[in-house]
Amino acid sequence: MTSPPLGFRETMLLGLAGLASFIGLWSFLSGSGIVPAQFLPGPLDVASRFVHLLTSPFAGATLPAHLASSFQRYAYGVLLAAAIGVPLGLLMGFFRLLDDIVTPIFDGLRFIAPIAWVPFAALWFGTGIGGPIMIIFAGAFPPCLINAYRGARFVEPRLIEAARMLGTPPSRMILEVLLPAAVPSIIAGLRVSAGLGWQSLVGAELIVAAAGVGFMMVQAQGSVQTPTVMAGMIAIGIVGMLIDILLRQGEGWLRRRRGLES
Amino acid sequence: MGSISFRNVDKVFGQGTGGVKALDDINLDIADKEFVAIVGPSGCGKTTCLRMVAGFEAASAGSVQVNGRPVTAPGPDRAVVFQQFALFPWKTVRENIELGLRNKNLPVGERNDLVASALKLMNLETHVDAFPHQLSGGMQQRVAIARAYVLDPEVLLMDEPFGALDAQTRVVMQEELVRLARHNPRTVLFITHAVEEAVYLADRVAIMTRRPGRIKEVLDIKAVRERENWDSHARIEDVMDLESFVHLRTHIWKSLREEKGFKDV
Repeated sequence: MTSPPLGFRETMLLGLAGLASFIGLWSFLSGSGIVPAQFLPGPLDVASRFVHLLTSPFAGATLPAHLASSFQRYAYGVLLAAAIGVPLGLLMGFFRLLDDIVTPIFDGLRFIAPIAWVPFAALWFGTGIGGPIMIIFAGAFPPCLINAYRGARFVEPRLIEAARMLGTPPSRMILEVLLPAAVPSIIAGLRVSAGLGWQSLVGAELIVAAAGVGFMMVQAQGSVQTPTVMAGMIAIGIVGMLIDILLRQGEGWLRRRRGLES
Repeated sequence: MGSISFRNVDKVFGQGTGGVKALDDINLDIADKEFVAIVGPSGCGKTTCLRMVAGFEAASAGSVQVNGRPVTAPGPDRAVVFQQFALFPWKTVRENIELGLRNKNLPVGERNDLVASALKLMNLETHVDAFPHQLSGGMQQRVAIARAYVLDPEVLLMDEPFGALDAQTRVVMQEELVRLARHNPRTVLFITHAVEEAVYLADRVAIMTRRPGRIKEVLDIKAVRERENWDSHARIEDVMDLESFVHLRTHIWKSLREEKGFKDV
């Protein structure tokens, strides 16, 4: 059974109600002493630690500085994944031979979770900038490749036929037909990549890195500073959400420009 | 120059015992600058005939030739106008029309002149920078026709080009196509299931049987049209009222009705 869609106001209210119940339950659990405050500080403690960390350094830097350091690694990793994944996916969508060569290797590799790359990445690229980038790359690469590939492979056949009838050479076919046709799919893939990359990043920083929000959390864990650990988690959540919102906006703008929706 | 010939052409889709014979021993010769329409029941393989000339499908037996050379791949010497327009949604009207000329590596000046005359020919001058989704179906098909004409192809292949248009737009486009075809004759293979459209536009009409499609009969329309002076009537409905037109139309209708699976349209 499906109920009729709710208006914007109702949706907002329900969301707020959900958030309020969550915070209420959290306050109850920590305030009543069911869970010791050392392991579950109350929402107010975490919020005040969060605000405190915005200006006071912990583990060598303030929270914004840790986030900046994380974001830089993240940007390199995701950009590298897009720079290799999208063109390779498009080429695979066009040249069946390349598809047959790459797909089996790729299908094997993509089931190795980004976190499983950590030891290998640390050995090969070190714990400085290289290792974490490699791990983010491992997380962000598959959606870039798969979506570019699917976008190129499932272009409306009539458009390919029209382009061939017009005598379009392969390079132009890829750049002016497959690429633009695949753009909605590529953008959707980038959005997934951006999310997975951000998730892999923090996993990577827990192990390799000497700065960054993941590093900050590991340091706080060492000295049982639960509020700082949780403030780090909240920061990760907020930045992840912001990235997703920005990319959604971009996607919507692009679709409207294409006349895909009004 | 642009002649088309089908020689003992068979087409089977699928392989082995699961194969379906779509075309059976098609023989048809289309002369240079001749306008030939193929009509037939749905699924008779008439579009497959066109797709083989375009180079999108290969014949299972026999040969399809353009200017005496067997067709091997698609190319700009055989321009196609598709039923669903097949315009590139991310390209403007100009960019859609221009693509084929860019592929030919024509100098920019010459290219612009050709695009300008194609735009003028199809009355598209005011929509040069529009994207396809901003245009009506009729306008989109004008762009597709301009994109084909600008290539100056040896043959023009039109696959139910007006099938997706509303009745009024369809009539306007039919009249425009007659104007184009009479003033600037070229070889056209035109696929349709609309009998009146075929009689109105074509020099000859080939009637196909139901699957497996065979050519049942070829009618010479041009001889009647010239004898009865159809072109002295500017409007399609005046031509359609002429006794000679009605006679041909009825003949084709009866011939198609004998085919099981014929759908009234």
